[in-house]
Amino acid sequence: MNVVVCVKQIPDPSVPGQLEADHTLDRSAKPILDESDSFGVEMALQLVDAAGGGEVTLISLAPNGEVSGLRTALAMGAAKAVLASDDAFAGTDALGTAKVLAKCIERVGDADLVLAATESSDGYTGTVPVQVAELLGWPALTFAKKVDIADGVVTIQRQTEAGYDVVQSSLPAVVSVTAGVVEPRYPSFKGIMAAKSKPVDNVTAADLGLDGQVGWAGARQSIVKVEQAPARLAGEKFEDDGTAAEKIVAFLEDLKVI
Amino acid sequence: MGPTSLTDFYALDDLLSNEERLLRDTIRRFVDDKWMPIVADHFDAGTFPMDLVPQIADLGLLGIHLDGYGCAGASATAYGIACRELERGDSGLRSFVSVQGSLCMFPIWKFGSEEQKQEWLPRMAAGEIIGCFGLTEPDHGSDPGSMTTRARKDGDDWILNGAKRWITNAGIAHVAIVWAQTDEGIRGFIVPTDTPGFEARKIEKKLSLRASVTGEFYLDDVRIPESFRLPEAVGMKGPLSCLSEARYGIVWGAVGAGMACLEAARDYATGREQFGKPIAGFQITQAKLAEMLTDMTNASLQAFRLGQLKELGRCEPAHVSMAKRHNVRAAIDTARTARTILGANGISLEYPVIRHMVNLESVLTYEGTEEIHTLVLGETATGVAAYR
Ligand SMILES: Cc1cc2nc3c(=O)[nH]c(=O)nc-3n(C[C@H](O)[C@H](O)[C@H](O)COP(=O)(O)OP(=O)(O)OC[C@H]3O[C@@H](n4cnc5c(N)ncnc54)[C@H](O)[C@@H]3O)c2cc1C
Ligand SMILES: Cc1cc2nc3c(=O)[nH]c(=O)nc-3n(C[C@H](O)[C@H](O)[C@H](O)COP(=O)(O)OP(=O)(O)OC[C@H]3O[C@@H](n4cnc5c(N)ncnc54)[C@H](O)[C@@H]3O)c2cc1C
Repeated sequence: MNVVVCVKQIPDPSVPGQLEADHTLDRSAKPILDESDSFGVEMALQLVDAAGGGEVTLISLAPNGEVSGLRTALAMGAAKAVLASDDAFAGTDALGTAKVLAKCIERVGDADLVLAATESSDGYTGTVPVQVAELLGWPALTFAKKVDIADGVVTIQRQTEAGYDVVQSSLPAVVSVTAGVVEPRYPSFKGIMAAKSKPVDNVTAADLGLDGQVGWAGARQSIVKVEQAPARLAGEKFEDDGTAAEKIVAFLEDLKVI
Repeated sequence: MGPTSLTDFYALDDLLSNEERLLRDTIRRFVDDKWMPIVADHFDAGTFPMDLVPQIADLGLLGIHLDGYGCAGASATAYGIACRELERGDSGLRSFVSVQGSLCMFPIWKFGSEEQKQEWLPRMAAGEIIGCFGLTEPDHGSDPGSMTTRARKDGDDWILNGAKRWITNAGIAHVAIVWAQTDEGIRGFIVPTDTPGFEARKIEKKLSLRASVTGEFYLDDVRIPESFRLPEAVGMKGPLSCLSEARYGIVWGAVGAGMACLEAARDYATGREQFGKPIAGFQITQAKLAEMLTDMTNASLQAFRLGQLKELGRCEPAHVSMAKRHNVRAAIDTARTARTILGANGISLEYPVIRHMVNLESVLTYEGTEEIHTLVLGETATGVAAYR
């Protein structure tokens, strides 16, 4: 079984981010593998293992030919990667990203399953996976906390507020997985060294037949304004006059956290 | 100026390859996720978390710098980075990896027969077999050449008698590398710890390196075949070359421990207020931090250059002596100063500082005391040996 995993390479969240004049993130520093996608990579490796054969292929759209995030996922055990990187991609919006990723999946050719995270840690629109599925004409299964494959059918547990739904579809399909569902393995040092020589197929907009449909030219959304989040309001204080516990419980119930 | 620049003030990590950087990040994540939450409890209890051994092995850390036999073949710098990141967690964690890789696997890899390498190294790299290294004796520490443990030939066998003390992992090890006097001089032996006559005991009540098992073992007519002797280990060069490998790891490890203290002290100083302002705003605190930052940056420079020399094949034992002596001194001074900045919290295991500080007392002593390395450098400078 062959699994394709969408992996976003994002600016290191532990380093304070900068915005460009056009309201996009400054992506000049070395990016890292989005932690959200490390769960998809781990799940893909486990599924291929369980199937007893096949391989995991990564796809990524990233500026400046960046591969450092891809190398992390290759070191974990993915076999190869397709990297879409080209100045022509600058300014690509979420739909454009989905077009690029869908073309990359077609280029890989033999995918039985595509995994992505439910949302990235930086852009956070949570729209790309379903757009990719739509463009490919494949079923989209979202918010998976568990994924099983048997006899050409994928079965997931779809996280809901109350519990989970069991959802099935035929393959090929696109599945988005939630964070924390599996424990991403630590790449071994041997894996790290092996990743150095694993193939990364670097493709341009022209290679994918997307000239003019992506980048600033193809973007149908634009970010018109960016504003600071409002400063956090001071918390509510309960002096304990014997009823504080009840008040706190009521407060937490209001927030639906208990 | 942010936290990253404090622990890497001269941007030395820019010298790392992409692979070395990924190794650094991986071990850092492992230490943060798996080690930090449990270290204080293990330190308190005087135990090493053996359940982490399979993961340490999966990371490829056991024998990381050796080639073949299931080992990863890392560059000197990568090996150093691994030690630095592990000791940022605790000197006991780095010691575990150093003893297994540099003191136990290295002598088999370097001085062992092909059969010995095949038999032991893959299982030691996988963490299935834990080793310990027996050189120091109750009465012979800095001068191991005068050891009294003896190996006597008896037909095709050897019979070992003696005692070794202050041995990391004695008591949990499956195999001991034992150095002993023979009629032909010092030789090394691979001794499975379940051989009749071998008895190990844990040393209790130590106040340093508590998250690491230290023990002693006795050899009472321990009989092993000639095939368990390391054929290529002849004289004191055998154990000394192992120590040189492990010391190289300490050079980097000390940087990790010192940096952890520096970071903790800076974070504490900026958060803690007295007399109406953060203690970071007092000149005495600033002078302390300036000294610590300079000392630890110097230590980092020594580690990086030593790694380059090792990769060029130009690293001499005296280079390692200088860097071990310098870096452990820098780290222990940094730890002690950091402890003062944390005030009363500086003596609590809630913070990493006192743990590193007392650990470094062991690191200052083992693998050649500070004084002995001073004599090595003195001899290098003058050509006159002053050991005896
Ligand atoms: C007008 C405009 C201009 C922009 N210009 C730029 C720019 O110049 N450079 C730039 O980097 N970003 C730019 N962006 C942001 C970028 O387009 C979005 O980050 C991208 O569309 C993905 O959206 P998201 O992160 O919200 O995806 P989500 O839908 O939140 O992501 C869900 C999952 O989809 C997958 N996925 C998403 N994006 C990628 C990817 N790139 N590669 C592989 N897998 C992925 C991952 O698995 C991810 O976890 C721009 C956005 C707009 C609106
Ligand atoms: C936690 C821990 C773990 C250890 N693990 C191991 C292990 O795994 N395997 C192993 O074999 N050993 C191990 N050791 C032992 C360590 O290597 C010895 O403690 C060290 O070599 C010093 O020997 P000693 O303690 O006998 O001190 P001594 O040699 O008795 O030294 C006492 C003092 O005298 C000084 N001194 C000695 N000779 C001279 C001289 N010529 N000139 C000036 N000063 C001198 C020393 O510097 C020191 O200050 C470990 C020690 C510790 C604390």
